[in-house]
Amino acid sequence: MKAFGPYIKLILALILIVFSAVGIAQHTDVQLKVLWTDALVYLLVIALLLFAIQAKSKEHLRGPWRHIARRRIAMSAMVVLMFYVAVGLLDSVHFRKALERQAGQTQVHYSGEVLSLLDVVATALRERQETTYSAPFATHAYTKEMLEVDGRQVRDFPRLNYGGAHLNNPEEDKLSDIVANSSIALLEALLTSAFFFYILSVVLARNRKTSVREQAIQILRFRTELPWMIMFLTFMVLLLCVFLIINLSTKYHVFGTDKVGQDVLYLALKSIRTGLVIGTLTTLIMLPFAVMLGIMAGYFRGWVDDVIQYIYTTLNSIPGVLLIAAAVLSLQVYMENHPEMFETLIDRTDMRLLFLCIILGITSWTGLCRLLRGETLKVSQVDYVEAATAFGVRHFNIMTRHILPNVMHIVLIAVVIDFSGLVLAEAVLSYIGIGVDPAMISWGNMINSARLEMARDPIVWWSLAAAFVFMFVLVLAANLFSDAVRDAFDPRVSRSQ
Amino acid sequence: MAEQTQILKVENLHTWFRGDGRIARAVDGVSFTINKGETFALLGESGCGKSVTSLSIMRLVPEPGGKIVQGRVNLHGQDLLQLPETQMRDVRGSRIAMIFQEPMTSLNPVLKIGEQIEETAVRHKTLKEGQTARQKAIELLNAVGLPDAQRRYSEYPHQLSGGMKQRVMIAIALAGDPELLIADEPTTALDVTIQSQVLQLLRELQGETHMAVMLITHDLGVVAEMADRVAVMYAGQIVEQADRETFFKAPKHPYSIKLFESLPNRTKRNQRLAVIQGSVPSLATEFKGCRFEPRCQFAIEDCKNNVPVWQSFDELGEETGVLCHRFDPRFESQFSEPVQKIFDAVAQSDDPVTTRGFKELLKVNELKVHFPIQKGLFKRTVGHVRAVDGVSIDIPQGKTLALVGESGCGKTTVGKGILQLISPTAGSVNLDNEELTNLAKHQMRQRRKDIQIIFQDPFSSMNPRMMVADIIEEGMVAQRVGGDKQKRQTRIDELLNQVGLSPEVKYRYPHEFSGGQRQRICIARALAVEPKLIICDEPTSALDVSVQAQILNLLKELQDKFGLAYLFITHNLSVVEYLAHNVAVMYLGRIVETGTVEEVLENPLHPYTKALLSAVPQVDIDSERKVIRLRGELPSPANPPVGCHFNPRCAKAWQECRNGYPSARSVSPTHSVRCYLYQEN
Ligand SMILES: Nc1ncnc2c1ncn2[C@@H]1O[C@H](COP(=O)(O)OP(=O)(O)OP(=O)(O)O)[C@@H](O)[C@H]1O
Ligand code: SF4
Ligand code: SF4
Ligand SMILES: [Mg+2]
Repeated sequence: MKAFGPYIKLILALILIVFSAVGIAQHTDVQLKVLWTDALVYLLVIALLLFAIQAKSKEHLRGPWRHIARRRIAMSAMVVLMFYVAVGLLDSVHFRKALERQAGQTQVHYSGEVLSLLDVVATALRERQETTYSAPFATHAYTKEMLEVDGRQVRDFPRLNYGGAHLNNPEEDKLSDIVANSSIALLEALLTSAFFFYILSVVLARNRKTSVREQAIQILRFRTELPWMIMFLTFMVLLLCVFLIINLSTKYHVFGTDKVGQDVLYLALKSIRTGLVIGTLTTLIMLPFAVMLGIMAGYFRGWVDDVIQYIYTTLNSIPGVLLIAAAVLSLQVYMENHPEMFETLIDRTDMRLLFLCIILGITSWTGLCRLLRGETLKVSQVDYVEAATAFGVRHFNIMTRHILPNVMHIVLIAVVIDFSGLVLAEAVLSYIGIGVDPAMISWGNMINSARLEMARDPIVWWSLAAAFVFMFVLVLAANLFSDAVRDAFDPRVSRSQ
Repeated sequence: MAEQTQILKVENLHTWFRGDGRIARAVDGVSFTINKGETFALLGESGCGKSVTSLSIMRLVPEPGGKIVQGRVNLHGQDLLQLPETQMRDVRGSRIAMIFQEPMTSLNPVLKIGEQIEETAVRHKTLKEGQTARQKAIELLNAVGLPDAQRRYSEYPHQLSGGMKQRVMIAIALAGDPELLIADEPTTALDVTIQSQVLQLLRELQGETHMAVMLITHDLGVVAEMADRVAVMYAGQIVEQADRETFFKAPKHPYSIKLFESLPNRTKRNQRLAVIQGSVPSLATEFKGCRFEPRCQFAIEDCKNNVPVWQSFDELGEETGVLCHRFDPRFESQFSEPVQKIFDAVAQSDDPVTTRGFKELLKVNELKVHFPIQKGLFKRTVGHVRAVDGVSIDIPQGKTLALVGESGCGKTTVGKGILQLISPTAGSVNLDNEELTNLAKHQMRQRRKDIQIIFQDPFSSMNPRMMVADIIEEGMVAQRVGGDKQKRQTRIDELLNQVGLSPEVKYRYPHEFSGGQRQRICIARALAVEPKLIICDEPTSALDVSVQAQILNLLKELQDKFGLAYLFITHNLSVVEYLAHNVAVMYLGRIVETGTVEEVLENPLHPYTKALLSAVPQVDIDSERKVIRLRGELPSPANPPVGCHFNPRCAKAWQECRNGYPSARSVSPTHSVRCYLYQEN
């Protein structure tokens, strides 16, 4: 019974979350809207939680993770990843607000605009729209317009509606205002992190049964088993960024605005979800195929192997981009012919995103499948598989009980390594116009629009820069983390015990 | 004792490994001397620090975890540990050379073997006046007895067999004209017949070049055959050192005594083998007393709290001695004495199984297993590997048939053919009057409970991702034996008890056990489905001698208790003597001689059996045995020699031997042999 404890807790927590979400929705006049990708994201989160619970009780799974947990760079990368994941998850809870009830209306009508929790958090960013381009921290627009100054018509750079609007004398006050705001942010960040540091020390001290003071000293001196100090420093840097953004972005456009005056920071934040969804759901979709077919090919050999090998060699020899282009373009045509199927714009973009994940999955399962086939060939030669056969255990049981757990490390390594590749693939595909829907906010679309912006004179560089910075940090963190995962799970890499 | 030139003098060597906050004292105060032309044997079980000692001498201890923390290694009075790395590189290969257990991994796969020998010769400038490197290489290849040296010169390692690779390794080692050759388990990976060739080669070379050899091994037989001096290592220390005669006549340290007792052989047939209880202590512990104390039959209270000091026997030189309180004047009197209880079990008067009567259990008739050799794009079959080519054996209930033969002769394949893990090409396998080869898959699946298998490698025969309880239960579930869940759990406890493990280990994973313990779990797993026959495929060859004794005892005990029959596949003839009732000798896919143990081992008829028996190194140093050396190696089963398969290697071969495979000739109702030397009847 003890073994089921964590599962029961998990189920209770899930029920609680669902009920409270529904409850909140009912009392605040909003209607929850679960998009397809949202549902899959939730599923993924639940699967990960289940996996974590399982891993906790199995030494062969826990050992490598413990190894990863001791690596400084990996853990620092993980903090960054968690940050991205948090933003992505916030952006995966969607709802529609109720419209003002008109006279005589009995039914509540909901707005056509679907918002996410992130949109609510970033309302300030979302709603402070300019008319067109403006540079980061600008107080004036980027292009001249006809203005009326003292009754005369002048062509000049107009003041922005929001960016630096609180300044009376932008030229003189801007710098000092920025410095002042940044200092406040720094102070807030320090205070908050001191608070979190205290909490961390208390929690750790409770677990270790030492005094809080002693534990704090241990952390500061890098003496803890897990690299808490490094994680904490990373957290502090992130916290500082958050506070800078909170303080500055309500007064300026930190990353400037785009062609229609949208805050670029907002776009970059919204893109996080798109990137994460592509990076994770694609693998989730292809995984069952790759695992099942790879293991079957390696285990049964003979004609089964021949057929499966034939399938993936054929698939592999079609250039992936062509396949994706064909699929995406025909979907586009289909969607245009059936507009009635999609209630809102976001439904349509979401469907296209999911479809892109599926088609990317179809083109990318072959690599993992081949790896798994090879490993299965090896594993099924090992004595314990023969022993199981000698006991008359059925094929299905041999595959699930003996082979799958022993090739799982390959799956894990492939998943984390594929992640960053997929995030980048989205950017490339959207850039050539066969990626996500043009109406969907994504790094790829930002880069795509930068194509024209870079050709302007003077050039507009900040969209590209923002997309680059956000993507770079994510991919770097993911790569650093996946390195650690590979080291820990790859049996060929010997690690000192 | 005549004054000899000392070559190597190791003093108080300590090599430690750091990791995970613990220190493993792999070598903890080792001293010894090696003289010119002498063979010094370092004997010990796995993990006791033999290899680390040799690596320390070469200064090749794996960094960064390992470190030589103390001691001196004097080569002709020069301390190697003080040399700068550049000079040390000249020492390695030219003054001290080394060969390893696994010849496969120590040769460079992409270089011709000739080039690899040349490289060393050129590097250490050992070419004679006017000699080209190639000539030197060929000279060395001839010296190590590689036939057809000219041609072999330009072959690659993968084209050579294990024995040939080991010869090449020796040639490379000799290329630097070393004064000292360190051989780390040089023959462990080889067959007895090849082993005896390689050992002979080492002895001859030593006679010619007067180099000293440091031989690292766990095999008492090899030591008895080769060594001049012997040092026994246990848990990082040398516990006994003596010259060969003294050591083999009268081992002194309790550990050495036990090692001898745990060797199986014919004289102990009806007894239990002595076992060393417990296991080697972790080297990370801080020892307060004698390291052997928990396992020692003589231990007294003082052994726990006093670290033993080296007791030398002065008349035999300072280095001959033991590390044991029994020989320490301070404690000597406390030992109540030499309870020379050599065999700790009562000799059983009779073999209890013989009284059971014979009931045929397994009858294998003309079993053939051929593997197709496929080539090209369309996998055309171009020939067959005749791994098993007409094998007939019978195993009565409750008896043990030993199947012996060189590596690659098809022993394992016979086992798998009987189990129907590989479907036989032809022949019949009859179990309890039911023909297994004709059964449909699902019928076979139900019959599987009757035959089980125990594998050689205890590390790969259990799924590392499953708990012991699940591992044992799996067969019961698949075969629907052992009742419901509750009953199965009780049964698992019972089984674990039977194989000498405590039921608490159920919830642990295989990696937490030692080799011997794992083999016990494998036995428990096989027993779980109540088989009638267990195929044991070299179940003890991966284990240390003392652990081997435990497993053999267990197997014997289980046989007496449950009337199990064993097909015991092995190449270790002393195990055969101890355990088997009948023996079948296999050569290249066929049985060449079969009979009872007495018949085959005392009166071997087939030339191959004779050679095989003579090649086994004997622990008894007085035995006058003449080794019959076989020429060459096992031919490929893809195209066996015409006539008697053994004829290219047989010393007695004559004309008729090429005329076809000899039929079986019975010498007695139980003893038959396939050789033209004997009359057909
Ligand atoms: N699956 C296979 N395909 C092709 N050839 C094989 C296969 N299995 C074994 N053989 C060949 O059959 C011969 C006999 O092999 P087998 O494993 O039965 O030998 P063995 O006597 O058990 O040797 P060892 O003592 O090394 O275990 C060898 O030449 C081997 O290369
Ligand atoms: S010192 Fe004591 S425990 Fe150690 S070997 Fe000697 S008698 Fe046994
Ligand atoms: S038949 Fe001839 S070759 Fe074969 S073993 Fe007998 S004597 Fe030797
Ligand atoms: Mg074998």
